[in-house]
Amino acid sequence: MTGSSMAVEPPLLSVKNLSVAFPTEDGLVRAVDGVSFSVEKGKTLAIVGESGSGKSVTAQAIMGIIDRKAAKMTGEIWLDGQELVGLPAGELQSLRGSQVAMIFQDPMSSLHPFYRVGDQITEAISAHRSIGAKAARAEAMEMLRRVGIPAVERRIDDYPHQLSGGMRQRVMIAMALINKPALLIADEPTTALDVTVQAQILDLIASLQGEFQITVIMITHDLGIVADVADDVAVMYGGRIVEVAPTGTLYHEPEMPYTLGLLSSVPRMDRDVSTRLEPIPGNPPSPIRLPPGCVFAPRCKYADRVPDGACMTTRPELLQAAPDHLVRCHIPSEERREIAQGVLRVLTGGAA
Amino acid sequence: MTAERGDILKVTDLRTYFPVRSGGFIPRVIGQVKAVDGVSLNIGPGETLGLVGESGSGKTTVARSILLLAHPTSGKIEIDGQDITHLSSAALLPVRRKAQMIFQDPYNALNPRHTVGTIISAPFRIQGVVPPGGVKAAVAEMMERVGLNPEHYNRYPNEFSGGQRQRIGIARAIALRPKLIVCDEPVSALDVSIQAQIVNLLRDLQQEFGISYLFVAHDLAVVRQISHRVAVMYLGKLMEQAPRKTIYTAPLHPYTHSLLSAVPIPDPSLQKRRSRIMLEGDLPSPINPPSGCVFRTRCFQAQERCASEVPPLTEVEPGHLVACHFPVAEPPAAAASTVAAQAD
Repeated sequence: MTGSSMAVEPPLLSVKNLSVAFPTEDGLVRAVDGVSFSVEKGKTLAIVGESGSGKSVTAQAIMGIIDRKAAKMTGEIWLDGQELVGLPAGELQSLRGSQVAMIFQDPMSSLHPFYRVGDQITEAISAHRSIGAKAARAEAMEMLRRVGIPAVERRIDDYPHQLSGGMRQRVMIAMALINKPALLIADEPTTALDVTVQAQILDLIASLQGEFQITVIMITHDLGIVADVADDVAVMYGGRIVEVAPTGTLYHEPEMPYTLGLLSSVPRMDRDVSTRLEPIPGNPPSPIRLPPGCVFAPRCKYADRVPDGACMTTRPELLQAAPDHLVRCHIPSEERREIAQGVLRVLTGGAA
Repeated sequence: MTAERGDILKVTDLRTYFPVRSGGFIPRVIGQVKAVDGVSLNIGPGETLGLVGESGSGKTTVARSILLLAHPTSGKIEIDGQDITHLSSAALLPVRRKAQMIFQDPYNALNPRHTVGTIISAPFRIQGVVPPGGVKAAVAEMMERVGLNPEHYNRYPNEFSGGQRQRIGIARAIALRPKLIVCDEPVSALDVSIQAQIVNLLRDLQQEFGISYLFVAHDLAVVRQISHRVAVMYLGKLMEQAPRKTIYTAPLHPYTHSLLSAVPIPDPSLQKRRSRIMLEGDLPSPINPPSGCVFRTRCFQAQERCASEVPPLTEVEPGHLVACHFPVAEPPAAAASTVAAQAD
C-alpha cells in the first residue's frame, strides 16, 4: 500500500460551501446551509447531528441523489479531482456504485423485495463492468462470504425477507462494495440494529475499510459509535457545521457549546449514575425559520457572554481554533476552552 | 424471588404465546410464538425496574401483558395486591387508575384530532373523576409540571415536537396519580438532547409522586440512569436480574456480559482500550427456540449440558438471579463492567 504519509495527497472528497434548500408552501427549507469539509483517503469522517441537522441531506448531495427539480443546490463537491455538482445525471449515475456508494439505516430501502439477493448484487456488477453471468455470480458469492453470510451457496438465492435484519445489512454492504468504490457513505447504518449486531456490523465495516482502502463518511447521532470508528468528526446543527476536529480533540477539548451540550446529555456507562443528566434546554430550530444569528443561540447557555447580543443577530463563521480544529461560535476561543473544561470536569467527576 | 408484601407489581410465571396460523382457505394453528415464556418479576413502591433485551426478546410483550393489552396465556399478574389476570374489561377500569403506560412512539400514541387538553383530561373523563378545582385546572397544572406551556391547551399534537409529545403522553399517564407506570421504550425515538430531558423528568416525577416504573428499553446506558434494579431478557426468558450496580459492575450471565461490552462508550480513548465480546449470528426464531438454554447458540460459554438442560433462574446472592449453567464471574479486562465499576 502506498502510505498517505509519502506526500501530501489532496483529500479524496472535498465539499465547499454546499447549500441545499427545498422550496415548500410554508417557505424555503434550508436543509444544508454553507457546509464545507474534506476527507482524506482511507480515513473515516463522522458527521454527527440530531434529526433535522442536515446530515443526511449532505450525504444525499454527495451521492447525487437529490432531486434537482425539487431542490436548489449550490456549492462544490470534489471527489477525487472531479466536481460533482452540475454533472449531468448520466455521468453521476455511472459514478454511483463505482466511485461512491451508500448504505442506509433500513436495508430494505436498497434491496428490492422481489429479487433474489444474488441477482441484485450481480446486477450491480454488470451495471458498471462487462462481465459474464457466471463470473459475476462467483464474484457476488465471494463478496457475500466476505461480509459474513453463512451458507452462501444457499443464501445467495434467498429473497431479502428470508434474511434477518443483520444479514440484510451485510447484503447491502456487499452490494455497496462490490465495485470497490473509493468512498462509502454510511447513513445511520446500525440504528435499526440491536447492540450485539451493531458491534458485528461496525467491525465488518472497519475491516473492509482496511482491506479495500475505502474512505468512509459515517453519519450518526450516536456519540459512542463516533468514538469507536471516526478519525475526524464534524458536528452539524441547523444545517450548518458548528465544529470539526479530530475525534480525540472533539471529546476531550470541545469548544462549541452545542457539542458540549451533546456530550453532557448522553447517559454514559463510565459516568457516576447519581449525577443528573444535563440536557440541552428547548428544541432544535425549524429549518424554515432559522435564527438570524447563530443557529444554536436560542438554546445556548453562554449566548449572553457575547456583547451586544451578537449571537442572536450575527451569523458566526466556522473559524480555526487550532490547526485542525474549526469552531463556529462568537465566544472567544480562550473563554470557550475554559467553559468546556469546567463542563467536562463535572462530567468525569465520578469517573476514573 | 424477593417477593415482599406491598409490591406494586408482581408477575408470576407469565407466559404469552401468539398462535402461528397456516395460510390457505382454512387457516390452522401450526405453531406458537413464545414471546414471553415464564417470566416472574416484582416492583416495590417508588422503585424502577429496568427491563432490557434486544428486539424479539419479548420485553415489549411483557409490558403489554402486564396491562392486559396482550392476553397472557398463563401466569399471574398482581397490581397493588390485586390479581388482575382474568378481569373483564369493565372490572379492569378501576385498576387502570393505578397503572398507566407511556409508549415509544409519541406520534402514534396521541389522537391527532384531539387537542392536548382533551388528551390529558381523558383519564378524568373515563374514570369519572372530578379533581378538586376542576378538570381544566388539573390539566393545566399537569402540563406545567411536565414542562409544557398550559396556554397550549387547545393545540393539536402535530403542533408539537417529538419531545413535547412525549411530555403530553407523560402528563396523561400521571393525571390520575397512578402507582405504576409501564414505560415502553419512552425515549428511544427521541434525539439525544431531548432524551436527557425526558429521563430527568421521569426521575423527578418518581421522587415527587412515588411512582413505580417498569422501564422497558434496549439502551443499557439509559436504563442504568433510571433503574434501581435491572432484568435482562432473551428470547422470552429472563437471563439475569439484579440491583443496578450488580448488573453493570458484576454481571454473571454471558449474555449480560456481551450486551455490556457491545455498547460503545462516547470516549475515544476509553473505547480503544475496551475489549468486546463478539456474539455470533442473530436471535434464533421464537417459534422454534433452541433446546436447553435459549442463548446457547450464540454463547461463548456453551457446553453440551446447555443443549439438554434448561438452566433455572436461581438466586446466587440476595436479589441477584441468574439462569446459566456456567456463569462468568470474572469480567474480561477493560470490559464495560469495569468501566462502570469505576464510575459507580
